[in-house]
This record gives sequence, structure tokens and C-alpha cells, in this order.
Amino acid sequence: MATAARNKKSARRRQLEAAINYPIDWLEERSGLIGGLRYFLFRKVPGDTGWWHTLGSATLTAFLVQALTGVILAMYYKPDPQNAYQSIQHITNDLTLGWLVRGMHKWGASVFIILMFFHMARVFLFGAYKYPRELNWIIGVTLLAVGMLEGFTGYLLPWDQTAYWATVVGINLNGTAPFLGPFLADFLRGGGEIGTETLARFYSMHMLLIPGLIFALIGLHLYLVIRLGVSSPPWSREAAGSDYDADEPATNGRSGLTQPAARSGWRRNGGDDV
Amino acid sequence: MTEPQHGDRRHSPGPSLYPIGFAAGVACILVGLIINPMVIVPIGVVIAVVCGFLWARDATKEFRGEPVAAIEPERGGPRESTDAPAIPPDRGEAAMPEPDPGERFPRNRFLEGATLGFGAVIGGLVTVPAVGFMIVPAFKGQGYPKVDLGPLDNFTPGQWFVTKFFMHPEAGEVSHRTAYIRNNGQLNGKPSFTIISNRCAHLGCPVQPNGPVQDNQKKDINLPKGQRITMIPAIPAGGYGCPCHGGQYDVEGNRVSGPPVRALDRYDFAIVDGHLILGTPYSVSHVKGEGKDALIYKYKLTGPGEHVDGWEQILYPLQPPH
Repeated sequence: MATAARNKKSARRRQLEAAINYPIDWLEERSGLIGGLRYFLFRKVPGDTGWWHTLGSATLTAFLVQALTGVILAMYYKPDPQNAYQSIQHITNDLTLGWLVRGMHKWGASVFIILMFFHMARVFLFGAYKYPRELNWIIGVTLLAVGMLEGFTGYLLPWDQTAYWATVVGINLNGTAPFLGPFLADFLRGGGEIGTETLARFYSMHMLLIPGLIFALIGLHLYLVIRLGVSSPPWSREAAGSDYDADEPATNGRSGLTQPAARSGWRRNGGDDV
Repeated sequence: MTEPQHGDRRHSPGPSLYPIGFAAGVACILVGLIINPMVIVPIGVVIAVVCGFLWARDATKEFRGEPVAAIEPERGGPRESTDAPAIPPDRGEAAMPEPDPGERFPRNRFLEGATLGFGAVIGGLVTVPAVGFMIVPAFKGQGYPKVDLGPLDNFTPGQWFVTKFFMHPEAGEVSHRTAYIRNNGQLNGKPSFTIISNRCAHLGCPVQPNGPVQDNQKKDINLPKGQRITMIPAIPAGGYGCPCHGGQYDVEGNRVSGPPVRALDRYDFAIVDGHLILGTPYSVSHVKGEGKDALIYKYKLTGPGEHVDGWEQILYPLQPPH
């Protein structure tokens, strides 16, 4: 009786598994995406990583929140001088949950910048920018600069007194750069004075140009993280540069620097053994 | 294990011409709706229904247990080698003859270069105008309009006025500007005015008069084309101060203290039909003297924070065409 019940259950289970697996297998056979996703998400990381190593994904999450809330805010915002301020008031005071989404975008911007600095501090203090990860540090610094530019262009959009005068000062600050500064300021303003062109210009940069750049740079950043692997903390027994046998297969999961590198082949193809 | 090849599996259901007939019927209906709904649409309906029925019958043949003609599977991919290993494409009879050394320019190199070259040309044809469109308009059609500030009689000689006006009335509030204006009386038989821009020479915040502003004597003047002038008498006894970063100027606009790098900008002016007409703004390094006797060290208009004199001026050799 009990055996029959179990058999029946397992048969149903098999059916269920087949039903779940069929679309996954279908996709995998035609694209390899499932394997790619597994390779991306279920990588081996050093055993002694901790909460400090989550700051990068926290920054990524903050950016994705900005992207999502920004897309929705763009459905209600009107980027012209006559309507911009009123449309922000409309979003905040009249539309359902508008106050929440706008608040998420506004405060999330600060969270994104702050997390970028925390992440940067972690990488710096752990020495994780060292060989072979220098390029990823450079991309990270570029991301920081581009992220600040995103904050600068977004600050004008509420089109109130604070936004206007902060942008006047910010653009004139750029204008004082030697030689090309005056031209940079005119480019940012779309002319000699802040006017009707400036708001639309900043809006386009804020929601299309710079986010596209950030997405591309994040893609490169993550690619290098996957290719080079996660670095061990400085106190790790297997910290980068410490003396241990690189050819020894990783048995305890503490694979550290060399494991992904050996897999990716740069070490095998004449890469110098550290 | 070999990868699955296209054509390994049998076509199911087999190929059939009925779907084409069905599509033709539907097209006939759509065309008929425009041209002649009474005649052509029914013809289309008949074609679509007949072909659709035959298609469905054909497609469900196997399902209904009728015999199905066996179809030779397509073979798209490379055949599995049975005996001899496959001949690589650069060997054998069909391959291109090996060129003589010294005059080697294989066709694939040519095609590679042509593809990259055409790609670059097409990319350039698209990108160059787009980037030009992004950058160039910001530097064209600039300049400052002549703004009518109303009759001369409104400007009491010796009195400062906080004067607000629209640089471009059609653009609305965003073109609202403020100037501090004083009628200096006559100089060599011509009217003399001091017109100081309120744009701080540090980073462009609006400077404020250091002294009483008589809001109760505010005067609004409406002029044609939506222009509205607001005049408020003021006594900037302590000169001007900037609320942003604390720059201080004297009553002639000379820098007294704080971060500004030069004096406040001024505007040219003209008198036309008894009206004060505001001209183009210009930059000022410093002013000697006061009122109509002032000696103004005048420069082409530059952005806030840019030096016009001293050694620092070499940092700003070029200005956009204002």
C-alpha cells in the first residue's frame, strides 16, 4: 500500500520534472543560455569571502533600481521648461504611488553613488585592484565618473530653483576648465545660456546616453570579474601572490585566484606562473 | 557525441501547397475589402475555406492514422564521414591554387578588407552627421537680442534700479534676466548709463544688492511682444554680494573679496526713440572711477570664473562664438 503510494507519487514527480525540464532543455539545446547562466551564477569563489564582497552586487542592484524606476518616471515626466516642474508635482502629489517611485529614484541615486564608493574602498583596501585586475579597476573608476555625470544631469530635471542654480554653477564650473572648458559649457547648455534646449539635452543624456554607457561598462566589468575570478581577502591563506601550488586541483572549494584563470586559458597558454 | 544537425528529424507534417492557397485566399479577402467587397471578398473566402480545409486534412493525416508518404530528410550539415577523412577546404582539386610567393593576396583577405572598409564607410556616414547634429547647433545662432527697457524717463538720474526683463519673451520664465541700472546723467551731451549684469563672475549665481531694495515702489512696464519690465529702486550702498559662495563687489561691480576672478559683466546700450535699448553684454576686468567718468577695462564676453587679464588669461585662448 505504502509502496504503491510512493510509486504513484514518484511517477507524478517524473511527469512534473519532465514538464518543467522540457522548455528548459528546448532553450538550452538551441541557445546554450541555461549553461551560460549556470556558468555565470554558480561560479566557484574563494572560501573566505564574506559580506564585504557583496558591495559590488549591491551597487549593481542599486543601478537596476534606478533604471527601472527611471523608465517608469519617464512615462509621466515632461521635459520642457513650461511643464517640467508641474509634471514632477503631478507625479509626487496626484499619481498613485508616484511619490514612492520618485522617492526611490531620488534617494536611490545617492545610494548608488555611496555604494560605488564603498565598493571602491573595499577593492582598494583588499588590494583587489592588483594584477591581473588592474583593467577592472580602470573600468570601475570610469563607471564612477559616468555615474556622477548621471547624477549631475538628473539633478536639473525637477526644474526648481535648486535644480536650476545648481546646474548653472555646475556648468560654469566645467566652463572654467582650461582651453576647452568654454566649449564644454556651451555643449552642455546647448548654447550660450541655459534655456529651452538645456533641459531636453540633459534629459536625453540622463535617460539614454549615459545609462547606455553604464550598461556597457557594467557588462565589461562583470565579464572581467567572471574571467579573472573573485579575489581572496588579504588575510586569506590563498591570497593572491602567496606561496602555494597552483597546479593542485581545488578540492576544498577554496580555489581563489588561479582556478578561473586556469579554466580560461590565459595561464595555460604561456601565462607566467605566479 | 555529435551535435544535432538540421534535417536529422523528419518533416512532420510533410510539405504541402495548401498553406500557400490559404494565404492567397486571405490576401484576396483583404484586397477585396478595399476594391470590391461584394465580389472579390466572397471569392477570397471560398479559396481560403477550401484550402484551409485541405491543409487541415493534410496536416492531421498521421494523427488520423492514414498512411504518410516517407520523406527523405534534408541534409544541411556535413555528412558523417564513413571512410576517408574529409578534405579540408584549402586542399584537393576544388581549392584555390596556392599563389606564388611574393604576390600573395588571397581572396578572403580582399573580402575581409572590403567588409571592414564598407562597414567603416557606412558607420561614418551615419555617425558623422549624428554627432555633428549633437554638437554644432550648440555653437550656432547665438548672440544677444536688443531688448527694449522702456522710456528713459523711468530711470531717475543717480538712482539704481533692479531691472528685470525677458531676454526672449517667447521662451518664458527661463529667459528672465536681471540687471542693475543707473542713469548717470549726461556725458558730453549724450545720456550715460551704468548697466551691470547680476551674473556673478565666480560661477554665475545671481548677485544681490547690499542695501535696501524698495519693493513698495516696484513698477511694471508692459511692452509689445510679451515683454514685461519690472523696475525696483534700490540703494546698493555696500555694492553687491553673491549668496552662493560669498563673492563681494563694490557698487561699480569691482571685485572686493571672495572667489570671483574679475568684475561683474556689463551691457552695452543704445537710445532709440527715447527708449533705453539693452545691447550685448561684455566682460570687465576692473573699473576705475565712478558713474559717467568711470574707466571700464572692457573684454569680449567670457563665462564666469574665466580670467580676462593676468597670466591666467592664457588658459582661455578661444571662446565659442557668442
